[in-house]
Amino acid sequence: MTVRAFSLAYLAAILVAPVSLIFWRAFEHGRQPFWAAISNPTAVHALKLTLEITLVAVPLNTVFGVLCAIAIVRHRVPGMGLVNALVDLPLALSPVVVGLALYLLYGRSGWFGGWLNAHGLRILFAYPGMLLATTFVSLPFVVREVVPVLREIGTEQEQAAATLGASALTTFRRITLPAIRWAVAYGVVLTTARCLGEFGAVAIVSGGIAGRTQTLTQYVQASYENFDQTGAYAASVLLAALAILTLLLMTVMRRGDRSS
Amino acid sequence: MAIEARSVSKKFGDFAALEDVSVDVASGSLTALLGPSGSGKSTLLRVIAGLEVPDSGDVFISGREATALAPQKRGVGFVFQHYAPFTHMTVWENVAFGLKIRKRPKDAVRARVDELLELVQLAGLGKRYPSQLSGGQRQRMALARALAPEPEVLLLDEPFGALDARVRIELREWLRRLHDEMHVTTIFVTHDQEEALELADSVVVMNKGRVEQVAGPRQLYDEPANEFVMSFVGPVNRLDDGWVRPHDIELRHEANGSTREAQVLRVVRLGFETRIELERDDGERLHAQLTRDEADELELRDGDIVYVRTRKSRRF
Repeated sequence: MTVRAFSLAYLAAILVAPVSLIFWRAFEHGRQPFWAAISNPTAVHALKLTLEITLVAVPLNTVFGVLCAIAIVRHRVPGMGLVNALVDLPLALSPVVVGLALYLLYGRSGWFGGWLNAHGLRILFAYPGMLLATTFVSLPFVVREVVPVLREIGTEQEQAAATLGASALTTFRRITLPAIRWAVAYGVVLTTARCLGEFGAVAIVSGGIAGRTQTLTQYVQASYENFDQTGAYAASVLLAALAILTLLLMTVMRRGDRSS
Repeated sequence: MAIEARSVSKKFGDFAALEDVSVDVASGSLTALLGPSGSGKSTLLRVIAGLEVPDSGDVFISGREATALAPQKRGVGFVFQHYAPFTHMTVWENVAFGLKIRKRPKDAVRARVDELLELVQLAGLGKRYPSQLSGGQRQRMALARALAPEPEVLLLDEPFGALDARVRIELREWLRRLHDEMHVTTIFVTHDQEEALELADSVVVMNKGRVEQVAGPRQLYDEPANEFVMSFVGPVNRLDDGWVRPHDIELRHEANGSTREAQVLRVVRLGFETRIELERDDGERLHAQLTRDEADELELRDGDIVYVRTRKSRRF
C-alpha cells in the first residue's frame, strides 16, 4: 500500500467517517426535525453563549498574543524564556485540570472566591468563569503563529523605518503588522476553532445550567444524556459546520498569502 | 564639521567593538570607513545613525549633540547592507514612506518620488515589489528611499557588498557622480580597499575597534601611518624588516651591487598587469607587479633565475 493510500484511509477512518455519521444521523428524518431541534430556546441560548464567549476571548488572545510574541522575539529581557515556555502550558495541560484550578481559585472557599463573593462578584457558574476558562485554553495559538514569522522578518525593516523618521507606533502599524498579518489571521482562526469546541474546562466552571450557563458543546452532552438524540446530533452538526467554516476561511487565506 | 564622533566606545558583552574612537567628517564629503570584519566600522556607522547607543563618548551631527537622540530625529538616511526593503510595499511606496509619514502634501510626495526614481534609474519600475528587482535595482531603491526625506547625512553600510563584481563597479561610479551632484555628506562602510580609494575623499582605516589612520586616498597609499595600514591598503611584501609594494620591486637578468638572486615560481597574467611570484636565495617568498610590456620584455618563464632590487621600502 502506498503512503498516500494509507494516509487517506487513516483520515477516512478517524475523521471523515465519524463526522459524516453525525451529519447523516442529524438529517436522518429530513430537515424538519433538525430545524426544530436547533431552534428550541435552550439550543439557541447555548449557541449565543458560545458565540459571546468566543467573540470576547478571541480578541483578548489576539492582542495579548501579538504583544507577547513581540516581547518574546524582540526584547532580550531576563524571564522571557520562562514566558515562552509558559505560553505552551494550555496545550500541554488537560482542560479538566484548568477547570479544576479555576474552581480552586474562585470557588467559595478558594483564594479569591471568598472575597469576590462577599463583594457580589460571581465568577464560577457564570459568564466570567467560562470566559476565563476559554481564554486560558485558547491562549497559545496566536503567539505560536506569530513568533516564527517575527523571527524570520528580523529587525532591519523596523530599523529602516526608524531612520526614515517613523515613530514606534507608526513602525508597528505600517511595517510590523502588515508583515505578520497572515500569521495573526491563522492564529485567530485556530483560536476561534478552539473556543467554539471548548468543553472540559468550561464544563467544570460553568455548572452547565440549561438556558443559563450551558454552551453548545455542553448542550450536546446534556441532550445526549437525556436521550434527545436528534437534539444532540443537530447541535453537533452546528458545531461541525462552524469548525468547517473557520477551516475554509483559513484555506482561502493561505491562498491569499501565497499570492502576495 | 557635519559629523563628529568623540571618544566613542561600545562593547557587546566582552567584545569591544569600538574603543575610544574619534572621527571628524567634513560637510559635503564622501568618507569611507575601511577595515576588516570585526574592526568596528559598521558599529560606528550605526552609532552615528542612532541604531546603537554608545557606552561612552558623544556624537554631533551638524553641530548638534545627538548622542541621546532617537534615530527618527537625526536627519540621517541609512542604507542597510541587505537594503531592508519593505517587502509588502511597491518600489514607489518604499520611496514614498519617509515623505508620507511626514504628512507631506500628496502632490509634493508624488513629484519627489518620481524625481528620485528617475535619479536612481528606476522610473517605470515603481509598481513592482522589491522581490521582483535585481540586487543592483534593490540597492538603488534603498538609496532613493533614504534620500527622499532630504537627510543631512547619508550613511551606507557595505553598499556594494551583496552585488556581483561588474554591477559593483558600475554602481560605484554612479554613486560617485550622484554624490558630486547632490553634495550630501556621505559615509560608507567597506572592507574593500580598492572601493575606498576609488570613491572616497577621505578614508578612515579601522582595526580592532580603533582608528588607525585618517587620510586622503593618495596619502593613505603613499604614507601609511603603520604596518596595519600599509598591509591593508594595497598588496605588500614583507622583506628584511621593511615593507615593499609589489610595483616597487624591479627585476633584471643581470646582477649588480644592489640586487639579490631569486627564482621565478609562477608568472600570472592578469590583463594589463603581470604578477611574478618569486623565491629569493635565502628562501624568502615575494611577488612583483609588472606591466604586461615590462614582463614581455623580460621574457620570464617559471623556473628562471632573476635579480631583484627594491626601489622603495618602508620601515615602521
